[in-house]
Amino acid sequence: MQHSLNKKAAVIALIATVICVVVSFYGSRKLQNFDPALIAYLFGTLFALFGGIYRYCVWLQRPPTWMYFKRTWQLAFTGKIFAHIYSLIADAVKNLLFQSFIYPRSKKRWIAHFMLASGCLAAFAITIPLTLGWINFTLDPASALDPGTTKLYAANFFGFKVMNFKLGSVMAFLIFHALTWCSWFVIAGAVVFLVRRLTNAGLIATQTFEGDLLPLILLIIISVTGLGLNFSYAFMKGIAYDFMSVTHAIAVILFLVWIPFGKFFHIIQRPAQIGAHIYRREGEKKGMAVCPYTGDKFTTQMHVDDLKTVTKQLGFDFTLEDGTSHLDYSPEGKRSLLAKAHLKARQEGGNLFG
Amino acid sequence: METTAYKTEMEFFVDMQRCIGCKACEMACAECETNGHESMIHVNYVERAVTIQTTVQVCMHCDDPVCAKVCPADAIAKDDFGVVHSANNARCIGCSNCVMACPFGVPKKEEKYDMMMKCNMCYDRTSAGKKPMCATVCPSQALFYGTREEISRMRPNSTPVNKFIFGEQEVTTKVNIMMPKGSTHLKVH
Repeated sequence: MQHSLNKKAAVIALIATVICVVVSFYGSRKLQNFDPALIAYLFGTLFALFGGIYRYCVWLQRPPTWMYFKRTWQLAFTGKIFAHIYSLIADAVKNLLFQSFIYPRSKKRWIAHFMLASGCLAAFAITIPLTLGWINFTLDPASALDPGTTKLYAANFFGFKVMNFKLGSVMAFLIFHALTWCSWFVIAGAVVFLVRRLTNAGLIATQTFEGDLLPLILLIIISVTGLGLNFSYAFMKGIAYDFMSVTHAIAVILFLVWIPFGKFFHIIQRPAQIGAHIYRREGEKKGMAVCPYTGDKFTTQMHVDDLKTVTKQLGFDFTLEDGTSHLDYSPEGKRSLLAKAHLKARQEGGNLFG
Repeated sequence: METTAYKTEMEFFVDMQRCIGCKACEMACAECETNGHESMIHVNYVERAVTIQTTVQVCMHCDDPVCAKVCPADAIAKDDFGVVHSANNARCIGCSNCVMACPFGVPKKEEKYDMMMKCNMCYDRTSAGKKPMCATVCPSQALFYGTREEISRMRPNSTPVNKFIFGEQEVTTKVNIMMPKGSTHLKVH
């Protein structure tokens, strides 16, 4: 298959990356708050941003994706806008934050996915702003100079102080170990999925190493080496710290570079599910399509009409002689029509069996 | 999917007139490991009041699958053997585009999972050189999985056809339907 650069997507991705660099330059107070130890992570993050937006834009240009994208925003900003915003937020909490659609598939899978996803999303929320220099921590100068007082630490966002906390406090422990908690969540979730992928016959038949197993292995490596960094300086006097930090960096950068192209793209893709829900809900209000064969309602008329447009854009034409379309029929209607056509052909052939 | 024992000389042949509506295939289909124990095959009565005709419908595995093309999430893929796989569950957004666009009415939207599922020709079995579950249990051989030589020996008065006409659209498939001898296509509309 020949791949060529999609110029529109490349320009949008480049603009977004440049904006991110500019925001990070000024957000880190002209690199004053930027941590040079994270330079490799910075380039990995910028590549992931460029690649993620590039792929997203290429993806949006596909006729069915564009149809859903366009309709979602049209429907969201038509009629009761606040009601739509409320349902969008409620749906996002239910399906993106808690991934509740996985629960009916299996309780164990939902728990594992929730741990994996929340661990990853929390780690993104912490590490990306840290890498870009948007967040930094400073020691309060007044308490630092007074040997008798507890040291105060400040968390800053874009150089503005957001909160203070005492060194040695529970809050400090929780904040400084935030990535440790994320790692445990990710390891627990990834191990459940890895065991499932190594034992479920259906998955073994259809999975690929690079598409399904490697992402889990990579997440486990990232989390274990991340924990190893903490373990090394807390309990091993820094032994093996260099090894852990290099392995961790390589795994994280591979992960970042891979986000736009592999399994992890589904994180960026998943909000489209909410668009599909709005599309269905608002389409029902406009009216349902009735199958000419079964006489039953089967989907929204908007869906049928949009599919006729999309299939034509994709090079299919299901138009019938009378001007109607094969797409006007429900799945059951289509199956019945096929069976009846087969019966007719057999009858005309003079023998029902052959 | 990387290393398989898929037998490329084996093909699927469907003869709806042989279907007796026993639904053994439905039960067997639910045993397929790749479906998560959901039955994907469709057995329906057609105009029950006037005929005993039933329809049995597996995925026809189109050469140019409409379901994959209309999928906004790139969740459906055709492999090198021509098998069109069920939705990648990490990607499927449950929009039902594939369900409504498939000319054969095959994909199912499993509302409880908010995702589409469909027959993938029992890939756990066919990739290991075995027959799909439905073809294994069908008592009347309305569903048959074997070689061209076997089917021509068994059905000397029939011809396997894999071209279907839906109005302006011609669809060719991996799965064959048994037609009167000499037929070249099945015109649905």
